[in-house]
Amino acid sequence: MSAGTTMRVDRRNFLKTGVAGATGLVIGFYLPGDFEALAAAPAGSAAPAALNAWMRIGADDSVTILIDKSEMGQGILTALCMIAAEELECDWKKIRPEFAPTAKEYINPAFGIQGTGGSSSVRSSWDPMRKAGAAARDMLLQAAAQKWGVAKTACRAENGVILHVATKRRLTYGSLAEAAAKFPVPQDVPLKDPKQFHTIGKSTKRLDTPDKVNGRAEFGIDVRRPGMVYAVVERCPVFGGKVASFDATKAKAVPGVKNVIQISSGVAVVADSTWAAMQGRRALDVKWNEGPNGQVSSDSISKLFAERTGQPGAVARKEGDAASAFAGAAKKIEAVYEVPYLCHATMEPMNGTAHVRPDGVELWLPTQFQTISQTVAAKIAGVAPEAVNIHTTFLGGGFGRRSELDFVAESVEISKAVSAPVKLTYSREDDMQHGMYRPASYCRMAAGIGADGWPVAFTSSIACDSIMARRFPDQVKDGVDETSVEALANIPYAIPNILVDYQLTVAGIPVGFWRSVGASQNGYFSESFVDEMATAAQKDPYEFRRHLLAKFPRHVGVLDLAAQKAGWDKPLPAGRFRGIAVLTAFQSYAAQVVEISVNRTERTLKVHRVVCAVDVGRVVNPTNIVAQSESAVVYGLTAALHNAITISRGRVEQTNFDSYPILRMDEMPVIEVHIVPSEEKPTGAGELSVPPLAPALCNAIFAATGKRVRRLPIRPEDLA
Amino acid sequence: MAIQFTLNGKPQTVDVNPNMPLLWVLRDTLGMTGTKFGCGMSLCGACTVHINGEAVRSCVTPISTVSGKKITTIEGLSADRSHPVQKAWIEIDVPQCGYCQSGQIMSAAALLAKKAQPSDAEIDEAMKGNICRCGTYQRIRQAIHRAGQLRGAPAKAANLGADENTEQELSARTVGVGGAA
Repeated sequence: MSAGTTMRVDRRNFLKTGVAGATGLVIGFYLPGDFEALAAAPAGSAAPAALNAWMRIGADDSVTILIDKSEMGQGILTALCMIAAEELECDWKKIRPEFAPTAKEYINPAFGIQGTGGSSSVRSSWDPMRKAGAAARDMLLQAAAQKWGVAKTACRAENGVILHVATKRRLTYGSLAEAAAKFPVPQDVPLKDPKQFHTIGKSTKRLDTPDKVNGRAEFGIDVRRPGMVYAVVERCPVFGGKVASFDATKAKAVPGVKNVIQISSGVAVVADSTWAAMQGRRALDVKWNEGPNGQVSSDSISKLFAERTGQPGAVARKEGDAASAFAGAAKKIEAVYEVPYLCHATMEPMNGTAHVRPDGVELWLPTQFQTISQTVAAKIAGVAPEAVNIHTTFLGGGFGRRSELDFVAESVEISKAVSAPVKLTYSREDDMQHGMYRPASYCRMAAGIGADGWPVAFTSSIACDSIMARRFPDQVKDGVDETSVEALANIPYAIPNILVDYQLTVAGIPVGFWRSVGASQNGYFSESFVDEMATAAQKDPYEFRRHLLAKFPRHVGVLDLAAQKAGWDKPLPAGRFRGIAVLTAFQSYAAQVVEISVNRTERTLKVHRVVCAVDVGRVVNPTNIVAQSESAVVYGLTAALHNAITISRGRVEQTNFDSYPILRMDEMPVIEVHIVPSEEKPTGAGELSVPPLAPALCNAIFAATGKRVRRLPIRPEDLA
Repeated sequence: MAIQFTLNGKPQTVDVNPNMPLLWVLRDTLGMTGTKFGCGMSLCGACTVHINGEAVRSCVTPISTVSGKKITTIEGLSADRSHPVQKAWIEIDVPQCGYCQSGQIMSAAALLAKKAQPSDAEIDEAMKGNICRCGTYQRIRQAIHRAGQLRGAPAKAANLGADENTEQELSARTVGVGGAA
């Protein structure tokens, strides 16, 4: 997106955002959470002035920052306000974040659609937010200079006021906003030298915490609308199955049930409460056409993958001639690794609230993908996309699951059928059994070690289903889906002969973006197998990596920092073991050292300490980088220790948190996070620290037991 | 069937199916959505409320069983985020997505009411019924210890020690949901 596009004040949007902010309560506009402050504003006060698509300043000096990324826990709301405030020079205490509507100004330049994911938020908003802040500040300076009849250069902006330096006269932003908004938006206002940053780089408390400690933060599932009814959906237990017939007689007899209707994905029960809808659903009698997947199982999928990796696949990376290099190698090692499907298990189950009217659609969504939600809703409702208005709520976790459209389409279909606002809620079982899963994947690897102990060849053959083939098919190029091979095809180690190939294998189970995507499995494959290479070469796993990464300073930076902070050069206490891993993901870098003890008799494992080093370029909010790293470690650890979605007769076998356990307080290791100082452009931290955890952990288990863990999740027999 | 109980200090009567779980009465009948639905089976703790001072999972508590009892929800823990647990949560900046935090806070408040300075083992025991998918456990533990210190301390906001100089001030404020036509 060019600066010109970014900065142009769209008149329609100006009116839209201006009106929403100013007269919201008067017209009954929907606001979540704690709106006492706004309610206390004098009635009829002037509308805040929109200086651009992201910033509105009220006569009361309030600064509204429009947040065009979804807040799903990653702290983006606060980070974007910090970036804006840095250049705008506003008073931090006057900032009020507000989630943006769906409009072209808010398209994520990393995607070409409005959406949040791929750890792209800070990276993609960095320039637009800074430029918007700088331009708005310049407009305020111009307004003050004009009022005083002085040169703009004689004035300075600081902490929400414009100061005339010579006379020490001051005007607050609120008193200047209306006049400032009348100036044309200036282009190419010089941005601050990072040395002058007072906000970016300083640990700053999250702006959403107060609303998240008293129950007022409004998630999608909390939305309430006048006349709203509640819906649940019974879906075919087999992926791809359809309704053959159903009998709603008993369901309709349940008190509170208002409607039972067939929709594309199954049968919806609509009632006067969520609970009544759930009761009605239990009384439903549905016959299914199971479709082609009724006999699919985890075993059959694993066998299919194994067969496919035995055949040549689409080439994702080829350097040198691996086959010849193996012939000349002193030693050859081979291994097969495998991981299961994984469910996102956001704490807030999937949900959506829709109100389809003849002329348009209102949607209240905890969504990561606004633009596509708008398109899907428009198609179902038979209206233009512009007639679909999305209110993005807080997301009770996203992890990629909320980039999906199932809950959007279903809620729109149901509302259209019953002509009322409808809140659709998934049960935990629905959420777990009707997901779009992290792909199960199967990987054969081989390495040739030369006489000097350094690797001469590496091959990797991967079979899994393709996320992009389902979501964005044009992203599958020459048979390769980058998300299926990332963190393997791009391994940076100095190995002269490399071949990575991929067998796109359709298995009948829908796969989707799961926190850290392909790196979640391929990081485990590659960093476990690199450890196997180090063992075969009889070298220290840290030194082995360091030597082969000599040309990659940012890899070495995190590797060294993690090793140093973990005390890699010092012996561990008796009974303690550790493993290490390093990789790049989402343009950021991470290394981890995991410290464990294993009771081989009891076949139990305790994770004592995880030392993380991250390089995310310039840091916006250090405390949040720490929080995201801690979060990602727990996410990775939960999967490595506990999680598999298994398939039997085309159905997911897991149902709830008893069969799909999440790491709990009593299993929590100490997590230390260290940040590499950097002046590189900022990149993301939300997913980065998921992938190193499993290999570092399994490498520690090898150190303890002498046995490789080549299949996740870790089983008791792996610890014997 | 009309059922009477005390909700956040005020008498409350509801006329609903006696089998309806307290969670859904709070959320759908009374519109108090601070208490969250997570699993429906007492496995995750997102729906935790206090019944006569005990931390209870409201998703498996039929409304008929709370007749005559005193219920406190996250909305009633304090009027102004002044409960020591809420203060500590803000000080340590615990929440990420925030969805589980009502339940975490209610479990922590019940623990601290019984045990002013809980040990790590006691925190594990009291809190292991509450899942946080964002993995905020390390900060939850820190905040519970901090809340223990804050209990009985003067109402003034406490210092955070080393972080104090770098942490920016935060006043309670609103986060607006946009998307108005």
